[in-house]
Amino acid sequence: MRQGLYNVISNESVARGVYRLRLEGSTRALARAGQFADIRIDGVYLRRPFSVADWDDEGFVILYKVVGEGTRALAGARPGHSLDVILGLGNGFDETISRAPLLIGGGVGAPPLYALAKRFIGIGIKPVALLGFASRCDIILADELRALDCRVMVTLESEGERVTDRLDEASADRDRFYACGPEGMLRAVKRQCGLPGQLSLETRMACGVGLCRGCTCMTLTGGKRVCVEGPVFDKEALAW
Amino acid sequence: MVSAVDLSASVGAVRLKNPVMPASGTFGFGADAARLYDITRLGGAVMKGVTKEPRFGNDQPRVTDCPAGMLNAVGLENPGIDSVMKQELPALARMYKGPIIANVCGFTVDEYAELAARFDESQDVAALEINISCPNVSHGGMAFGTDSVAAAAVTRAVRRASGKPIWVKLSPNVTDITRIARACEDEGADALCLINTLLGMRVDLRTRRPALANTFGGLSGPCALPVALRMVWQVYEAVRIPIVGMGGVSSARDAVEMTLAGASAVEIGTAALVDPSALIRVIDELPRVITEMGYARYADLVGKAHQGKG
Ligand SMILES: Cc1cc2nc3c(=O)[nH]c(=O)nc-3n(C[C@H](O)[C@H](O)[C@H](O)COP(=O)(O)OP(=O)(O)OC[C@H]3O[C@@H](n4cnc5c(N)ncnc54)[C@H](O)[C@@H]3O)c2cc1C
Ligand SMILES: Cc1cc2nc3c(=O)[nH]c(=O)nc-3n(C[C@H](O)[C@H](O)[C@H](O)COP(=O)(O)O)c2cc1C
Repeated sequence: MRQGLYNVISNESVARGVYRLRLEGSTRALARAGQFADIRIDGVYLRRPFSVADWDDEGFVILYKVVGEGTRALAGARPGHSLDVILGLGNGFDETISRAPLLIGGGVGAPPLYALAKRFIGIGIKPVALLGFASRCDIILADELRALDCRVMVTLESEGERVTDRLDEASADRDRFYACGPEGMLRAVKRQCGLPGQLSLETRMACGVGLCRGCTCMTLTGGKRVCVEGPVFDKEALAW
Repeated sequence: MVSAVDLSASVGAVRLKNPVMPASGTFGFGADAARLYDITRLGGAVMKGVTKEPRFGNDQPRVTDCPAGMLNAVGLENPGIDSVMKQELPALARMYKGPIIANVCGFTVDEYAELAARFDESQDVAALEINISCPNVSHGGMAFGTDSVAAAAVTRAVRRASGKPIWVKLSPNVTDITRIARACEDEGADALCLINTLLGMRVDLRTRRPALANTFGGLSGPCALPVALRMVWQVYEAVRIPIVGMGGVSSARDAVEMTLAGASAVEIGTAALVDPSALIRVIDELPRVITEMGYARYADLVGKAHQGKG
């Protein structure tokens, strides 16, 4: 975990209401895909958490959707601005436990799966991605995942299709799933997908660093902090 | 010159090397904070509220914010007294050699007494901070801290159960905090801590429902500072026992303001949730602020705002 000022390199719209923000600064605190950054934003009091979508030695990228005050203000960040970030939070996904992974994303749940896909590619494993969006203008990261040579399936609610409608087909030759998205989608995936898997949860957070117990979720072994013991939990551990 | 400032503070018989402590519920039991900053620098260490039984706490969402603060309805999530006595407290005592303060939460008067007696057994505990903002289950869930009779009953019971210094932590959600403060002093409280969080709520426009699952939550952070200062001022005028001031303190200047209003030491909570280094920053900045005011000893500032004008 590292706290510091990160320079805004770019902050551009990539889909309806979704922005891609690249920040420059040390990424040594990042160990795994699925970890998140807690960003201080002028105009809202608490930091806001965002999954790291990509990183290299010079900086990292997040993709975020404008849903309220904080994300609206963040969309106004310009190159030359700097942001106070705590980076490298949470446990992240474990890419060492699958040889044939299926990545399941819903909306702005896709970003950490892109980072995870790159980790898998790095160890010579090609994941399959199943991504669900509300409509065509909400699609993010599908082309980027294809550019990594992943097989990508996209479902659109506007066309009456959800990720769960294609779970059987997508998981056919897979040994494990990795999912991130709205809670409703995660619950449906957990229920319907026969594979073992890891799910990245989202709860409202205050500190993001394990002090306040604001983000606790119930697991079969008691309450766990999404910010420290999570955000990634094994399917079998969740008390859903 | 700055290094010559004496930061030592005392809350009755409890001596602190500096006046800065974490507020209960924003420090866990120390181990989590120790990953983020050097907790050995703290004047005292205040643990998360402990109940008789382990508690999971409230449903999600438990937290939200406002322009200068936050609301929480964590619901006293903690591992319960048995675990704290066996694991969390000894672990903290290994990491931190200064005074450890145990925050105590009961749902009946007997429970407060029982918890106080358990902590009394431990040499590691320097004082008890009795959180009387807990709902009184035997009286319809109204907080003990909103009724001077109930507050007095809790204080009396823990006084009997424990030989440790007793700091009673007051709720600000009352018409006249000085009545509660006097009731606790009369029953033998050694110090008063204030303020706990202010009852508030927010409504989510998207769901058109309360933003917190619990509907109401406790407001804390910078927006609470003026209310906390007013109450510390009032209580300082009303009682003789020392006060630990908290509510929105985020800088050394805020800490000094709290001290001038009547606090003998301060606790910092919410500020550390946004910036984990907040307490260390305040400790580092205090000597300069005190020097600039023309003082050499922190303790000389306590209650100064009450002395004649000019
Ligand atoms: C570990 C983690 C990783 C995240 N990663 C991403 C990411 O990569 N991209 C992204 O766009 N978002 C991500 N989020 C969600 C993001 O943190 C919130 O959207 C953001 O905090 C909203 O801030 P705001 O001030 O704009 O909204 P607010 O004004 O606080 O709220 C606006 C509306 O959004 C809803 N809302 C706010 N936070 C959440 C939440 N956490 N879950 C569900 N609804 C919420 C509220 O109910 C409200 O209706 C992540 C959250 C967590 C906990
Ligand atoms: C997340 C959170 C948890 C808290 N938990 C407790 C608690 O367990 N016991 C208690 O007496 N006060 C608790 N409080 C209240 C604080 O200790 C403090 O009195 C209050 O927040 C005001 O100080 P601040 O503005 O510096 O945070 C909690 C506050 C917050 C924000």
